[in-house]
Amino acid sequence: MDYSMQDLMAIFAMQGFAGLSFFSVLLLMALGLAIIFGQMRVINMAHGEFMVIGAYTTYVVSEVMGGWGSWGAEYYILFAIPLAFLVAFLVGMVVEVLMIRHLYHRPLDTLLATWGLALIMQQVFRSVFGAREVSPSTPSWLDGAWTPTPMIYIPLNGLFIMGLTLVVTLGVVWLMYRSRWGLRVRSTMASREMSAAVGINTRWVDRLTFALGCGVAGIAGAAFTMISSTGPTSGTLYIVDTFLVVVFGGAGSISGTVVSAFLIAQGQSILEFFLGSSMAKVLTLLVIIGILMLRPEGLFKSKVRR
Amino acid sequence: MSDNKEFFSRRTLLKSMMAAPIMASGVMGSRQVMAAKPATSEINTTGLAVDDDTVKVGILHSLTGTMAISETGSVEAETLAIEQINAMGGILGRKIEIIKEDGASDWPTFAQRTRKLLREDNVAAIMGCWTSASRKAVLPVLEKENGLLYYPTFYEGLEQSPNVFYTGQEATQQILASLDWLWEEKGARTFYLVGSDYIWPRTTMKIARIHIEKVLGGKVVGEDYAPLGHTSFGSMINRIRLRRPDAIYGAVVGGSNVAFFRQLNAAGLNGNRQLLLSLATTEDEVLGIGGENVEGCYSAMKYFQSIENDNNEEFVKAFKERWGEDSVIGDVTQAAYLGPWLWKMAVEKAGSFDVEKVAAASPGLEFKKAPEGYVKVHKNHHLWSKTRIGKWRKDGQADVVYESPELIEPNPFPEGYQ
Repeated sequence: MDYSMQDLMAIFAMQGFAGLSFFSVLLLMALGLAIIFGQMRVINMAHGEFMVIGAYTTYVVSEVMGGWGSWGAEYYILFAIPLAFLVAFLVGMVVEVLMIRHLYHRPLDTLLATWGLALIMQQVFRSVFGAREVSPSTPSWLDGAWTPTPMIYIPLNGLFIMGLTLVVTLGVVWLMYRSRWGLRVRSTMASREMSAAVGINTRWVDRLTFALGCGVAGIAGAAFTMISSTGPTSGTLYIVDTFLVVVFGGAGSISGTVVSAFLIAQGQSILEFFLGSSMAKVLTLLVIIGILMLRPEGLFKSKVRR
Repeated sequence: MSDNKEFFSRRTLLKSMMAAPIMASGVMGSRQVMAAKPATSEINTTGLAVDDDTVKVGILHSLTGTMAISETGSVEAETLAIEQINAMGGILGRKIEIIKEDGASDWPTFAQRTRKLLREDNVAAIMGCWTSASRKAVLPVLEKENGLLYYPTFYEGLEQSPNVFYTGQEATQQILASLDWLWEEKGARTFYLVGSDYIWPRTTMKIARIHIEKVLGGKVVGEDYAPLGHTSFGSMINRIRLRRPDAIYGAVVGGSNVAFFRQLNAAGLNGNRQLLLSLATTEDEVLGIGGENVEGCYSAMKYFQSIENDNNEEFVKAFKERWGEDSVIGDVTQAAYLGPWLWKMAVEKAGSFDVEKVAAASPGLEFKKAPEGYVKVHKNHHLWSKTRIGKWRKDGQADVVYESPELIEPNPFPEGYQ
């Protein structure tokens, strides 16, 4: 086929964007888990379900505000995102009180318990929202594409998710590494007894950290309503990729998560372009397994002594 | 004691029933004979759960798990059909009793539940399964226990069991007519095949490729599969743009559908700019995708909720009354609705619930009240049916833009296409 230089440049630009867009999706999914698994070492198998809580919250908000006229239908997403955070945050807090805090010393049991929790939550979603997938309609200002040249299409919802990911990542980094509270979290994770001895309420630190991770998952869920539909078991689709990113990046390091999400996303989308999706996935997984065999701690070792 | 009582009542009932046909046939002719209730011992010689008043039928679908999304519609349609049959007096004077089992989107569970339905409940027939994987899991059990299954989904073909009736389309009924249509009506010469990565899309695309290259003389410029549940189609869409196909021929299923169409749309490949025909997008999926994202795209099915005929009008009305005004009816839901009716007709024709007799009586049956229009059972256990092509509207319904003039013969083992 005959391609002009312009065509190739356009494809190149859009392919670059596809990779970046996938990167922001992966990162947004993984941030919450990076906090919960990375910092607290809790293997939260219900992480995907917390995303689904966010997604359903968004759906409900869109239904309610859609009824208020076109203004509601256009801007519901701006209200849905904070609300999704809040709902997932509160549910996370309840879960921590009822379940997780009893299991901090038994990491393998948390795996089983949270997996059970995931199943329970799926059934609750099914009972409340039905088995059919739902999907709120995208506001018109996020629908369509930005076309800098007639050949290049940059999807607006992709741009929105990228912006959101940037804001959330900066927020999390600031909270964990620049704020007083983050200092307490890190010190608690480094040495619980010592932190308690200097007057840190480690129970509340645990509770808020877990809830924060869940809340961030809720934000991710809200954002995903723009690219995919939501069903009771949607969470199971996210959980593998999420763990992959966090484990590959090296638990305990937010920057590791960012780098790992970037590498996986770019690697996979470039391979996808040349080989097709299924083959790309296989190769990506093989490479990750290979690297993890050489570096079991992931790309970035955490420097904290345990 | 209670046994005794039942025995007596049953015997007196039997007597009166045996007497009835004789009297009736003497006076009013053969029509009334059919309406009378035949004896249980005559219509059930293989130990099925049939007594003087009821017959048990299993409904086996995923009520939980990933597939519940798709299978819910089938359960609703089958339940509705059975309720309607009961309201008309049941089958051979027996009311149908539903035993509902959950396959839980897990294939071994489907097999195990089938065993339970056939061995413990002795059901006379099972309406069920949705994915090919679940049907394949159930098949050995059905054949060993000699059960009867009505399977509603359009599927890849290459199968014909004496114990199964396939009320959906096999691959060629969907593919060939739709490719011909794209070729002739839309002038498509180059095709890009896209699907989810499992048996149905792959078999489908294999047949499609052969038809495009060998029969039509066109060109397949790309073929791509995405893992189930895939949501990032950016790279695949770029590949498609690079190859500039006249038509995208798609079989992306489930939740991926939403991501696929939305991202196509955002990439400027919407229904107005790019010819796209999907084999896996029904009203159910469009509900999730959002009408604005599929507007202008096409689907090849045998049924759309919007088709206009009296049967369908009645069916849609009854369905909405039973399951809510907001419910939508997709292709498979309609096919599931046919199952109980075809079984009823076969049982009545055979004059027996015995599986072998029902199966033997089925070929040649004509069902004129089908919502999709007239259908006929082929001796290969599939249905003769039409292929229709719908163009999606913003409101999530489709305008039927093409309908095959004749019923298309089912051909699960298409020669030269394997």
